[in-house]
Amino acid sequence: MSTPTTLFDKIWDAHVVKAMEGGPDAVFIDRHFIHEVTSPQAFDGLRKRGIGVFNTKRTTATADHNVPTKDQHLPIKEALSRHQVETLRKNCAEFGVELYDLGHPFQGIVHIIGPELGLTLPGMTIVCGDSHTSTHGAFGNVAFGIGTSEVEQVLATQCILQYKPKRMRINVNGQLANGVTSKDIILYIISKISASGATGYFVEYAGDTIRGLSMEARMTICNMSIEMGARGGLIAPDETTFEYIRGRRFAPQGEAFDEAVAHWQTLKTDEGAEFDVELNYQAEDIGPMITYGTNPGMGIKINDHVPNLNEIPESELASYTKSLAYMGLEPGAELLDKPVDYVFIGSCTNARIEDLRTVAEFVKGKKKAEGVEVWVVPGSVQVSNQAKAEGLDQVFLEAGFELREPGCSACLGMNEDKVPAGKYCISTSNRNFEGRQGPGARTFLASPITAAAAAVTGKVMDVRELV
Amino acid sequence: MANETLHKLVASATPLPIENIDTDQIIPARFLKATTREGFGDNLFRDWRYNADNTPKADFVLNNPTYAGAQILVAGKNFGMGSSREHAAWAIHDYGFRVVISSFFADIFKNNALNTFVLPAQVSDAFLAEVFKAIEANPHTQITVDLENQEIVLENGVKESFAINAYKKACLMNGYDDIDYLLSLNEEIKQYDLAHTNFE
Repeated sequence: MSTPTTLFDKIWDAHVVKAMEGGPDAVFIDRHFIHEVTSPQAFDGLRKRGIGVFNTKRTTATADHNVPTKDQHLPIKEALSRHQVETLRKNCAEFGVELYDLGHPFQGIVHIIGPELGLTLPGMTIVCGDSHTSTHGAFGNVAFGIGTSEVEQVLATQCILQYKPKRMRINVNGQLANGVTSKDIILYIISKISASGATGYFVEYAGDTIRGLSMEARMTICNMSIEMGARGGLIAPDETTFEYIRGRRFAPQGEAFDEAVAHWQTLKTDEGAEFDVELNYQAEDIGPMITYGTNPGMGIKINDHVPNLNEIPESELASYTKSLAYMGLEPGAELLDKPVDYVFIGSCTNARIEDLRTVAEFVKGKKKAEGVEVWVVPGSVQVSNQAKAEGLDQVFLEAGFELREPGCSACLGMNEDKVPAGKYCISTSNRNFEGRQGPGARTFLASPITAAAAAVTGKVMDVRELV
Repeated sequence: MANETLHKLVASATPLPIENIDTDQIIPARFLKATTREGFGDNLFRDWRYNADNTPKADFVLNNPTYAGAQILVAGKNFGMGSSREHAAWAIHDYGFRVVISSFFADIFKNNALNTFVLPAQVSDAFLAEVFKAIEANPHTQITVDLENQEIVLENGVKESFAINAYKKACLMNGYDDIDYLLSLNEEIKQYDLAHTNFE
């Protein structure tokens, strides 16, 4: 009998073209996603070497970080953003890579479109020059973010040289309270293990709470694996996964789909397989979460208080004090009832149709609070169209929310959507770093429903009292 | 960046004793719009370094002339967390740093630094404290980073070794990169790709 093996090892080992003795593995990449920010210098590298893209069928491009979320039919106003998107266009045309450009029905945030098009499938290796590539792991594959030199490696050779990470399993079991979502699960885990707690590891999420989540909720969890330092996160595929994939544009169809499912069913960690680290959490211990600081590990239950100075280890005091000063908060402060200026519902963490439905259901018949700016930004053209078909756009309109066009939007300050200096934004995105949403912007990370509650009340609320 | 090599560096260092420095601080997103690798050094630590009106912040270490010409950056633990943007490593390199010393590096940053010929030298918390102390005592103190012997030596003789994979060490010392190696596997990769069609 063979040694019990983890799902991560099974996928990784199956993709090693060549292991270098005492060095990294050359790992074959099934699917390479590219976008305008991290690819131009990689294409330049190919040009300098006089080589092409190894296998254009395995590469898919879209424009997302720099795109405006208003008037997308017009040329991009900002010259550098426009140039970067135009460079992507030229590179894709020259090298024969499929591009879902602005105006294309498949355009959207790279980590939203992969799954919804059926390009993201179980058992694959997937990379992209973007750290949130870990999102795709929700389908039971090995997906991780890479730098531009590595984008060049994959374009040139369909392989990447990598040291195999260690293995961690995080089990979550039990019943979540009403109003507590997958975003709260992952913010809770990161707050427990810190922003560097999983550095060097690939994380498998398991347990009955995880099993009970929808694919979209699973993607939210895997998306934020990088925020605890993990290279990636994955969840073994199951019936929920197969049902999500069935019928998607580029997924196997008919008999080929059944054959694929038979293979995908073998993709799981064997009983008795060993992990380097194993952690256990109970769903009952998790409440709605919010971050107060400037990294995603600085999170608390929404009805808890910001840590006092005596609760912080001495070595971290300098960073902690700097962080609170940036956020304009005092040690020991309560965040409940804290007024917010902006609400951003979007990003590769929470801009899928399920997120928009959750928000719409909560705000139906309600109005946004006066003085609060509310942006709802779908993750893709398909999500946008679906929201309109379901009448969610009307709900948002009546509530005074702004439903914008798809893109990365106010997750990071690369496009026009920025939060002004000093303003507080409750955001469903993944990072609360200094200046992330614009220089001086102050970000509270939370779930879509917590963001929706802030939109209608104008302040930080415990949604358990409202649902 | 290929063809650049790193063997032994004796240089002064810039201290940045802050933990969890993320890639958005190293190079803010709005400066990622260039389509070449040059010029990122001007915006290294942009928002810590400059006021909104682009005047330098007097109290930020990169604006302190005492540390001009330093080729080593010494930073608090968990350096480079966050984005996979290699631009962060390019900015560090373009500014003139060849080595970053910290007690912990984020994973993707470490790869990006190595691919950009910047050495991420990971040391113990205790040794990192020694390095900060030495710089505090003398901002011009010379630190020796000896890649061949995998050792960092302070002027007072206090030293510590650091780990680096033999392959990556050879790349830095000989100035070759991963693509050179991967291109040499071309035939094997083609064979693998052909035999591996079950996802298409």
